[in-house]
Amino acid sequence: MTFLDFVQGPLWTVAGWVFVLGVLWRIIGMLRLPGRRDLSAGRGSGFAGGLRAAFRHFLPASGFGGRTAYHVVAGYMFHIGLFVLVLFGAPHVAFIAEKFGVSWAALPNWAFILVSEIAFAGLIMLYLRRLLDPVMRVISDADDHIGSLLVFLVMLTGCLALAQSFTVLKAVHMLTVDLLLLYFPFSRLMHTFMFAWSRSYTGAMYGRRGAPL
Amino acid sequence: MSAQTAVASFLDQTGAMVASYLDACVHCGNCATACHFYEASGDPRHTPIHKLLPLAKAYRRHKAPFSSFKRVLGLAPAEVTEGELQEWQELIYDTCTMCGRCTLVCPMGIDIATLVHVSRRGMVAAGLAPPELMAVAERSRDEGSPLGVTPEKLKERIEWLRDEYDVEIPLDKPKAQVLLTASSIETMKYPHSLAAMAKILNHAGEDWTFSTRGYEATNFGLLAGHIDVSETMVCRIVETAEALGAKLVILPECGHAYGALRWSGANIIGRELQFEVLQIAEYLAKLKREGRLKLSPLTESITFHDPCQVARRGGATDAPREVLAGFARDFREMDHAGNGNWCCGGGGGVSTITRANDLRHKTFEIKMRQVEGTGAGMLVSSCANCRQTFDDDKAFYNWDRDVGSLVELVADHLVQ
Repeated sequence: MTFLDFVQGPLWTVAGWVFVLGVLWRIIGMLRLPGRRDLSAGRGSGFAGGLRAAFRHFLPASGFGGRTAYHVVAGYMFHIGLFVLVLFGAPHVAFIAEKFGVSWAALPNWAFILVSEIAFAGLIMLYLRRLLDPVMRVISDADDHIGSLLVFLVMLTGCLALAQSFTVLKAVHMLTVDLLLLYFPFSRLMHTFMFAWSRSYTGAMYGRRGAPL
Repeated sequence: MSAQTAVASFLDQTGAMVASYLDACVHCGNCATACHFYEASGDPRHTPIHKLLPLAKAYRRHKAPFSSFKRVLGLAPAEVTEGELQEWQELIYDTCTMCGRCTLVCPMGIDIATLVHVSRRGMVAAGLAPPELMAVAERSRDEGSPLGVTPEKLKERIEWLRDEYDVEIPLDKPKAQVLLTASSIETMKYPHSLAAMAKILNHAGEDWTFSTRGYEATNFGLLAGHIDVSETMVCRIVETAEALGAKLVILPECGHAYGALRWSGANIIGRELQFEVLQIAEYLAKLKREGRLKLSPLTESITFHDPCQVARRGGATDAPREVLAGFARDFREMDHAGNGNWCCGGGGGVSTITRANDLRHKTFEIKMRQVEGTGAGMLVSSCANCRQTFDDDKAFYNWDRDVGSLVELVADHLVQ
């Protein structure tokens, strides 16, 4: 078995299951904790408030003007870029087709490179802020740095492997992907899923009070 | 030992909502931009999410999924220590008014005020809350009010108000349909507000009363995180209203009283309230809608400060504006008015903590900029705690604007 066979065979399988089961365990672990029915006489709908907040908070908050612009712009550059690359990068579409038997249209090569640049710029902007902003330095911990670094390595090795001229580059990319999947459920990367609950819980509380969020 | 007690309390209070908050935070730091204490100090330690570090550490070490696995591998956060909690006391109490402004800007929608409340309850359980705030909370339990307004003192005060303001004020009237409550800040410092509420209720022809049992609307137990005191204060009002058979309890100009009874009251006592609860500004808006409030115009230029717990966290942002519409002829909204308003700086019990005064005064510079931006001559609010904070800051800065109360302005312009 070659190194490539290993990282996209058994290690991929193990990492994939750790990711899926780990994420489910985290979500179930959160949901099995007690909740409390709100006994106050509601002014509005908690359900509608929760749903609204889950989507509304994709948009930057009004009233904060330029204060959050850097984070919002860099955040969207990175996140949208990353999702487009993961889902529509031609090698990924081919990989998904091979592993799961489903496929869809892929980005042309030039678009992949353009989107990569946007995603890289966003991630680097976010990470520079984490390193340089005094607030970010106080609140950041090892998990924040490891998560950022792993995602950066996945993206970097992905770009290096794009030409698909060297098998070892593809194997290194697969290795970093496997490591990211293994790390994911134990880390703050879980925000990918947890945001839906945190926003909805608050949105439901505020919705019940008739307070917009 | 006390650290263990605090941690046990943190974990006991961590249900699905709190866990989702602690698991969703990405340490983006946006909450700092929303916080008046960070805005005033520029100190990164005043970043709201940083104030919750002991709670987050306890959760990740003991309760989060995989925490036992991480503990075995030495990857869990270290145990929370008493020294750490003592260090965090200032962050959890002096530099947070639980105003909820940070929730607006949080991409994850985390209600940091809820997490601060959880942290405060843990601190109280461990005996690590600021003594001044605890004393105020306990005085309200033992004497009836945080400022020493015992039932006897209330009787004397009401007799004096009847004479001074020539207003009828029922006390302990049996079977009254409306129970009026007061903030002891008003009773002792702004008695005009009590007379104003009485005048308005009489003007509206309500069958109402004050009570010598359920009279104190403030709930410093809730602010301190002292849940027993908070329950006692809620129960006094609930039991009084139920004994009267009252259909409506009116809360005075007090922000946190609204959160305590209107939104937390039923949850604190564990059953639904059998009466309606309105903050006085909501009640005024209702009277106006029903055509029961006749007012002569207010011509002075005013701006309105939204109390956080009534507006942003209470959902009653429109009520004072309904009252002011057409009545205040020169009403000017300040920047960030409404749900995004900056806090007065003295809520959440902060105004009772002397060592917090310097930073609190500094936060008032934000309010001065907001008000001066409108050019208005008077800063009006519907919270006696905000008003007291403003009056204190006004004196500190020799500020040239007036500070006023919505209910007093309305009462002074009633047309018979």
